[in-house]
Amino acid sequence: MPEAATMAAGAWAFVARRRGGIRADWTDWVTYGYLLLGVVVMLAPVLWVVLSSFKSEGNLMEFPPTLWPEAARTVEVRGYPRPLPIYEVRMGNATTTLAQVRRVGIEAKMVDPARPEAGLITVPIEDAKPLREFHLGTENYRRLLASAGGTIWSSIYNTVFITVVATVITLVMNSMAAFALSKYRFRGSGAALMAILATLMVPATIVLVPIYLIVSELRLVNNVWGVILPVISTPTGVFLLRQYMLTIPDELIEAARMDHASEWRIFWKLILPLATPALAVVAIFSIMSRWNDFLLPLVILNKPEVYTLQLALAGYSDENGIQYGMLLAMTTLTALPLALGFIFLQRYITTGIASTGIK
Amino acid sequence: MGSGDRGVRRWVPWLFLAPNLAIIAVFSLLPVLVNVMYSVTGSDNLWPSERPFVGFENFSTLLECGNYFDPATCSRDLFWRAVGNAIVFVPTQVAVMIGFALVTAIALNRNIRARGFFRGVFFFPVMLSPVVVAMTWLWVLQRDGALNGVLGALGFEQVTWLTDPSRAFRWSVFVTVWAHMGFYTIILLAGLQSIPADIYEAAKMDRASPWRVFTRITLPMLKPVLLVVFILAVIRSVQTFDEIYVLTGGGPGTATKMIVHYIFDTGFAVMPRNYGLAAAASLILGAALFVFTALQMRLSRGGGNA
Repeated sequence: MPEAATMAAGAWAFVARRRGGIRADWTDWVTYGYLLLGVVVMLAPVLWVVLSSFKSEGNLMEFPPTLWPEAARTVEVRGYPRPLPIYEVRMGNATTTLAQVRRVGIEAKMVDPARPEAGLITVPIEDAKPLREFHLGTENYRRLLASAGGTIWSSIYNTVFITVVATVITLVMNSMAAFALSKYRFRGSGAALMAILATLMVPATIVLVPIYLIVSELRLVNNVWGVILPVISTPTGVFLLRQYMLTIPDELIEAARMDHASEWRIFWKLILPLATPALAVVAIFSIMSRWNDFLLPLVILNKPEVYTLQLALAGYSDENGIQYGMLLAMTTLTALPLALGFIFLQRYITTGIASTGIK
Repeated sequence: MGSGDRGVRRWVPWLFLAPNLAIIAVFSLLPVLVNVMYSVTGSDNLWPSERPFVGFENFSTLLECGNYFDPATCSRDLFWRAVGNAIVFVPTQVAVMIGFALVTAIALNRNIRARGFFRGVFFFPVMLSPVVVAMTWLWVLQRDGALNGVLGALGFEQVTWLTDPSRAFRWSVFVTVWAHMGFYTIILLAGLQSIPADIYEAAKMDRASPWRVFTRITLPMLKPVLLVVFILAVIRSVQTFDEIYVLTGGGPGTATKMIVHYIFDTGFAVMPRNYGLAAAASLILGAALFVFTALQMRLSRGGGNA
């Protein structure tokens, strides 16, 4: 008790002592209350999915659901080849712990794990309660990765391929355009910039049918390139890179020209490395968008072999019935790479959004 | 930049621009024109040369209605149900989302501990894909799910959250707010942080109440950022598709069917594919978004001068 009291006092002191040493008032309590409620609402559903993904199929079917993944506790008993599940058994007024050998109708044959030589005991099943323990089961993941002819692996491969290739092309292509628009003065540069930015007004949802036609004409339906090409020029990316390159001093370029560097060399060896911070932001947003893309792949990719992870996940419940365990494992796997990236790059991402308003 | 590029040939910058402009021409500019072409031609044939010209027939089919307040009287009742849903969904979702984003941004802007942690918690659903978001909430909301488990422990009965039209609609609003509010929170937080601290100091000297500080200082100073957030939120809200498509499939019935869902169904999911109608609906949607944005910009500029 005194320990709990000290901890509570410590927590209170931690919260109440504001930066600058001013005491907390009621508005601080409201603030913390709101934020903590927010933590529950934002985090709990996702943590719940992750926890559930480690449950066995039987554990998943229970209602009310158990908070932690649980499995039957088992014990090795002399004379029996497999570990046996343990039950807490009511016998008269006392309760004992027995291991179940087999079940016959409403009765179970049990054995005392400490004295197996005493023989089988017959117990009515309503008197036996299974004993369970915390158990992180990986069978959902193992079954998922092994199942269905390995289509999950092709989905992973397709998603990674699209994300990596589209991001690399986006970075090179957009920085080339940004270089032209920031480091050359030429007639039409303003118009070119406007043309690029104007594409912001044409979201994919509005030109779905024509994009499908064009991708068909290019013979790229059911081909990963069909979802890469339409999205690799990102107007916000060009804009961000251009603004950044404007801050790179022109003298550097002039010096390079004195040394007879080609324009491409100046771009590739001089400007691109200097624009790394802006490239990082553009790369993060590109990876995020490509990994999570849904509508365009949904229209362009119609065969399971070319599915991305998002399509495989969305279409999963349609086939083989719903196997919740594998579905949950797949949801977790699909979210994992970006979630991990976010933990390390939070600052980049949030400042990137705050300064550009893009995603 | 001036003298340095004097020796450079005039076409060099265009060479650097070429890949980008080519992609834009093929995948942004051309589609707008092709969309117009589709919207005035008929049949389920994808190839433009084999589509007969039908004039404004697609538009009139789409817009024809006996009574605009009753979608059942329209020749394309699903389109009007989607429009009707959007008319309720967009204002509700945008208001709830910006409301929560603003409250959260204000809370995060206070002198609090563990700000980075709290900001990360509110933001991280933005990183999740729409499919993951929908799957997560499907799992929480299913009949034997966590929400019913918690409610059951409190003595309530199990509820099927997504099979009742109005409940499914409200959950669609909630889930899309949950998924996207972090994005707007970050922008609003940046806006709040750019308000100079000495204005607040001065208000404190004058013993202004917190409410007065909020309405007289915070809101007016935040107005430009709020406007941007509002426009972005409306544009995206009108185009809502992914999360709801996976969460409810537009149902039960048509209770949560959105306009983009109608376009997707008409053009791709329902046979025979009606590209003309889908393109016409896209154009109407695009035009509505354009008019909205232009109007907002003009109104806000007018307000700024007054």
